[in-house]
Amino acid sequence: MDRAEVDAKIREIAEPFNKKGVTITEDTSFQNDLEFDSLTVMDFVAEIEDEFDIIISMNQQAEIEKYGQLVDAVTKMQAD
Amino acid sequence: MSEGISQPDQPQTLEGHAGDKDLFSKFDDIIAMRQGLLDSGVEDPFNLVMEKVLSPTRAICNGRETILLGTYNYMGMTFDPDVVEAGKQALADFGSGTTGSRVLNGTYQGHKDVEEALKDFYDMDHAMVFSTGYQANLGIISTIAGKGDYIVLDIDSHASIWDGCAMGNAEVVPFKHNDIEAMEKRLRRIPEDAGKLVILEGVYSMLGDVAPLKEMVAVAKKYGAMVLVDEAHSMGFIGEHGRGVVESADVIDDVDFIIGTFSKSVGTVGGFCVSNHPKFDIMRLVCRPYVFTASLPPSVVATACTSIRKLMHGSNKRAHLWENSKNLHKGLKDLGFQLGTDEPQSAIIAVIMPDLQQGAAMWEALIKNGLYVNLARPPATPANMTLLRCSLCAEHSEEEVGEILEIFEKSGKAVGII
Repeated sequence: MDRAEVDAKIREIAEPFNKKGVTITEDTSFQNDLEFDSLTVMDFVAEIEDEFDIIISMNQQAEIEKYGQLVDAVTKMQAD
Repeated sequence: MSEGISQPDQPQTLEGHAGDKDLFSKFDDIIAMRQGLLDSGVEDPFNLVMEKVLSPTRAICNGRETILLGTYNYMGMTFDPDVVEAGKQALADFGSGTTGSRVLNGTYQGHKDVEEALKDFYDMDHAMVFSTGYQANLGIISTIAGKGDYIVLDIDSHASIWDGCAMGNAEVVPFKHNDIEAMEKRLRRIPEDAGKLVILEGVYSMLGDVAPLKEMVAVAKKYGAMVLVDEAHSMGFIGEHGRGVVESADVIDDVDFIIGTFSKSVGTVGGFCVSNHPKFDIMRLVCRPYVFTASLPPSVVATACTSIRKLMHGSNKRAHLWENSKNLHKGLKDLGFQLGTDEPQSAIIAVIMPDLQQGAAMWEALIKNGLYVNLARPPATPANMTLLRCSLCAEHSEEEVGEILEIFEKSGKAVGII
């Protein structure tokens, strides 16, 4: 899957978690803009992990603040 | 999850504000939340003082005689005459403290004796005693799971487990609470040659629910993971010999490490790890939270040792505690309260409150009517629930459980929850 396809898939997964309907850009912050709490993060990450059959450990999550960084990380992980 | 009063078990990153010089400004939100609660006029749930303790089930709290229903003193050992006498004797014979680390001058005969008692209690080869239960999890987890290893753990794990993960640099992979399939999916994706540690709890203290250990331990073993189970809330009570959910689920032989505490059923303070791992003893040299702290005072290990040996023969008390748990659960359910589990699974019964304000009001009504329970509130709770957590004691009489239910009824009606 190329980056655009990964992006489209993650957007689809993020939709139900985006309760306030924030417009998601590459720079959207999960904590500040989307206001994800730790349980939301777990559910959201679990769906991405299942979709791409990857593991995003909490250590890796700590490096991901913005939407674009997540797409980059997942694109790389699912290609490996 | 723990009784952490105002913070989640999973460590949070607090955001500072650029330009602020006061390092405390990162706590402003929680200061405001606490102030808001106090300004509403309720008695501070996190500032209770027990002026006098009358028994394992009664104390004078804020000037009132109070039934204790939130102390984790499951087996009521704190005033056991043999336990108290052992402590007095050790205080007289060995003094008030060891003033040293276990690996230097801090190992007395009593420390060896309590480790022997644990080995007998669990029928295991090795036992290592820490100064607190928190340090037992912190020490064992951070020491055995290091860089490049993977830890797979339940999202509702206790703070001491999360902190052990954070300290050890392993890759941390949480899964949804008690979800066997979610756990298996994560184990399956971990590189085959990586070291793996699965961390579970027998009883989760927030809702008092039990883990499906039979299935989970089997899955962990299938993927070659080592398994650590925290049995803090089940020791002395669950399982034929009181060894915990690992015993009642018949998986104790497949579990690599059991972590426990002296501060609940045992009735004092301290933590431990028991294991059959042939190399376990090396932990005493490499586990920093074991090495770099003073050992437990002689009186504490003497009381723990006596208490543990008495708990081996506690089957009558165990049976009575189960009766108490069933009676309280049924009584509260019949009164119309919403509970954390459909059936009683442990000695913890969690009563779910509609929100924090009503939860605090209910807590205050209970304490003023002479009943102490734990108030647990977001973000320390699963799904941000506000809970009144009741932990029963084997020394609660049947009549006392009846009295507790009357206080719940009276308070619940006054606050308008039932």
